[in-house]
Amino acid sequence: MTEEIIIAGFGGQGVLSMGKILAYSGVMQNKEVSWMPSYGPEMRGGTANVTVIISDERISSPILNSYDTAIILNQQSMDKFEKTVKPGGLLIYDPNGLTRLPERTDINVYSIEAADEAARQGLSKIFNMVVLGGFLKLKPLVAPEYIHKGLQKSLPARHHALIPENEKAIEIGKGLLKAVHLVN
Amino acid sequence: MGELRLMKGNEAVAEAAVRAGCDGYFGYPITPQSEVMEYLMAEKPFERTGMVVLQAESEVAAINMIYGGAGTGKMVMTSSSSPGISLMQEGISYLAGAELPALIVNIVRGGPGLGTIQPSQADYFQAVKGGGHGDYKMLVLAPASVQEMCDHVKLGFDKAFQYRTPVMILSDGAIGQMMEKVVLFDQIPRRTDAEVVAQCPWASNGRPKTRNHNIITSLDLDPAGQERVNLKLQAKYKMMEQNEVLYEEISCDDAEYLFVAFGLSARICQKAIDLARAKGIKVGLFRPITLFPFPATEVSNVGNRVKGILVVEMNAGQMIEDVKLSVGCKVKIEHFGRFGGIIPSPDEVVRALEQKIIGG
Repeated sequence: MTEEIIIAGFGGQGVLSMGKILAYSGVMQNKEVSWMPSYGPEMRGGTANVTVIISDERISSPILNSYDTAIILNQQSMDKFEKTVKPGGLLIYDPNGLTRLPERTDINVYSIEAADEAARQGLSKIFNMVVLGGFLKLKPLVAPEYIHKGLQKSLPARHHALIPENEKAIEIGKGLLKAVHLVN
Repeated sequence: MGELRLMKGNEAVAEAAVRAGCDGYFGYPITPQSEVMEYLMAEKPFERTGMVVLQAESEVAAINMIYGGAGTGKMVMTSSSSPGISLMQEGISYLAGAELPALIVNIVRGGPGLGTIQPSQADYFQAVKGGGHGDYKMLVLAPASVQEMCDHVKLGFDKAFQYRTPVMILSDGAIGQMMEKVVLFDQIPRRTDAEVVAQCPWASNGRPKTRNHNIITSLDLDPAGQERVNLKLQAKYKMMEQNEVLYEEISCDDAEYLFVAFGLSARICQKAIDLARAKGIKVGLFRPITLFPFPATEVSNVGNRVKGILVVEMNAGQMIEDVKLSVGCKVKIEHFGRFGGIIPSPDEVVRALEQKIIGG
């Protein structure tokens, strides 16, 4: 099993930390992982993205130009990454703020209204965990107990009291998916 | 087994330095390697092991602090990225001339000049052919994973002291910034003063009554004396060539074609191998791990069994010169590179193999 994922949105949406929690959870479940962030002019200009690879085998290139899954949280990222999903792959997006919705018909597309729901429940700061929940519902790569360990490892100790809230957000996300287009 | 963590390459360098028993880190911040000193400052090794961490006023100051620390037999290191490493070249030449052990980490970014902050391998010539003046070499290690970023720190210090030479880790912005699983080796205690004296009888750390004072210098105005220094250095480099070559072969046994690549490019070539083999193209990878000493015999052995070689680098063609010198002219050898901070994608590497080697 190898899953190649791009997570992309604005800086501040928790794109990099969502990737880090996913990657650390993979480590806890004894998977091979890599986490490759954008750190350059893109990040300084507001957009942020991270490539996460989770695999049972040694990971070759940490840098890819096509992905099994794209998790897209803003319009710039939709424009850039919709075309990079492998045929038959998965695209998850939050429609909040999007002006153009995905058009591909050869991939599975789901929307998740994570930003709105997180705001309603007072969880805006961990909106990224709602999105992660949606992804894990469709691709349960990592078991919940390892997500728990991944949160413990990737959050600083002073934030460990917030782990139950993060896990709640993940559970909320699992119920928010809407299928937009399915290949089969 | 050691402690398992998910770390950035830069963080792994910093943690490995503490665990290797490093006595002092001196550096100046520059993207994409700033996490090395950031991690050290947050981790406070001065409380854990007594290791000194100091932000110098410039890269020039940092490399000369290294010179001073190394002259006393201490285990010292610095890290920077390309423009900062250029500033350090005079000091590196002096370290080589004075035969001082030190570890220098270059997290390469695109150049020339201030260039960009994105990853590159354009400092190969500078690292391997002597970026400073005079006939000197450094042992140059090229990690291709976060695990190797960690392991090469320990290895680099070992070799620096074994040969009394500066050692460079030549990495790049991507390996510095990416996180992977790393198994950290256990803490090695810092050497005591008595152990430093015993290990480094040449060091200038206080004269006991039993010997004359030690002098750390790279200056000998007598040409005959300076030639002796040079002959000694060359003999040392010969020893490294005979004993310190490291490399990795991947899918080479049945290969009809060969990629030669180091560091991040080698990782991309591994993916390219999967893509090419899915199309029926039997290609393998030869990855030099030491860039000096270059695995000349080893790459020649593999290279002369195949129909063609593509050297893949994030530069305009630097290591290819050493590949050509090693393999000779019986096999077709071409270069594929992207520059200025662009990372080649696996499928464009396969395309280059098809166009430049198979179809060319």
